[in-house]
Amino acid sequence: MGRMGELERAVMEVLWDRGEPCVVRDVVSVLAERNLAYTTVMTVLDRLTKKGLVRRQLDGRAWRYEPVNTRADYVARLMLDALDLTGDRPAALTRFAQSVSSPEVEVLSEALERAVRHRTDDQGRS
Amino acid sequence: MNATLHLLVTLVLCTVVVRPLARARWVWRSPRTGILLWQMLMLTWVLCAVGVAVAIGLSPYGRDIPTALSSWLGGAPRPAGFTALHVVVLVTGFAMAAGLVAALAWSWIRVVRIRRRHRDILALVAREDEELPGVLILDHPLTVAYCLPGLRAQVVVSSGALAALSPAEVAAVLAHEQTHARERHDLVLLPFAALRRLLPRIRLVGVMAEAVALLVEMRADECACRDQSPGLLATALRRVSQSAVVPPPGAIGITDGAVAARLARIDRASSPLPLLARLLLLLGGVVLVSTPLSFLVV
Repeated sequence: MGRMGELERAVMEVLWDRGEPCVVRDVVSVLAERNLAYTTVMTVLDRLTKKGLVRRQLDGRAWRYEPVNTRADYVARLMLDALDLTGDRPAALTRFAQSVSSPEVEVLSEALERAVRHRTDDQGRS
Repeated sequence: MNATLHLLVTLVLCTVVVRPLARARWVWRSPRTGILLWQMLMLTWVLCAVGVAVAIGLSPYGRDIPTALSSWLGGAPRPAGFTALHVVVLVTGFAMAAGLVAALAWSWIRVVRIRRRHRDILALVAREDEELPGVLILDHPLTVAYCLPGLRAQVVVSSGALAALSPAEVAAVLAHEQTHARERHDLVLLPFAALRRLLPRIRLVGVMAEAVALLVEMRADECACRDQSPGLLATALRRVSQSAVVPPPGAIGITDGAVAARLARIDRASSPLPLLARLLLLLGGVVLVSTPLSFLVV
């Protein structure tokens, strides 16, 4: 993982832990021991926003950032990709073997639906 | 007429061969040869299907396909007997070719998009472990191991898989996945998946796609058995597929039948096909592909 990837991950973890929309300054102060420049954190948040992983809202003169989905939702999404349960997908991944029972599939699918709902809400707002 | 007949015969031959080849056990002994055979068979099948339409459409010219095509496109005087029906058949042939190319491109774009998204999220939630360099670990109780293909392929295992398997079994699973990554099996599967998307109603396409998917897994098993002991791989495969109760709806991937076939193959431990047999098979494949090519290109 490159430095950028590692930073994105750290910033994302701050946002997940806070559980409320943060301004850049908040993230910088939580990551104080890394001695990051304000602009660096802003760039990272910008990248995450462009990737659709973070959304932002204008609060007064500052942007407030929050994760689009919870960490668990993202993990569920990856698992669904990995198990090829999203249906109608070309061979995007290769997997060792299929191993899912129905209750587990339902839990995963619910998580995915939740994730999709979040995103649609988000698009509806902007 | 000569070209039409040749192409038609080759098309029928390819079609007839699909089911026996999909059932054949001897192919499992040398999966890589099998994969190449299927690729050549599919290419021939597609080229012949397009070629037959083009050949029928251009038959009134009484010339070889490239010459007739250039006179048709060049607006030379139409020969006697060249009717609107010929034009329709000809255009159908081109539409088929365009559809195939478009389906392949569309599948590729989708795959790249899914992978990029997957990679982005993976970078945020997966972790690394010193014990397993180069492998990402996803904290989830389900037993999963997969490969995210690409130029920088990434092998991922779930913490559930690490808990369910011994370190040696994990190594066998990783060797399997790394073979997928190294030999770009995703690129092998893509055209078959694209063709299947384009022609979902044609059962034969599904048979081809499943046969290739199985051979790809067997090839990865073959390498994993070489790196680690076959017993470890078989145990891992049993453990990972054990929890399957009901096949999930809409799941393509591997079916239970495929896992059983892989296990049978590992247990039997038959030797690969003799070199001469493999060479002859590949030669047959090349002859097959060259039939439509000789009419369409030369």
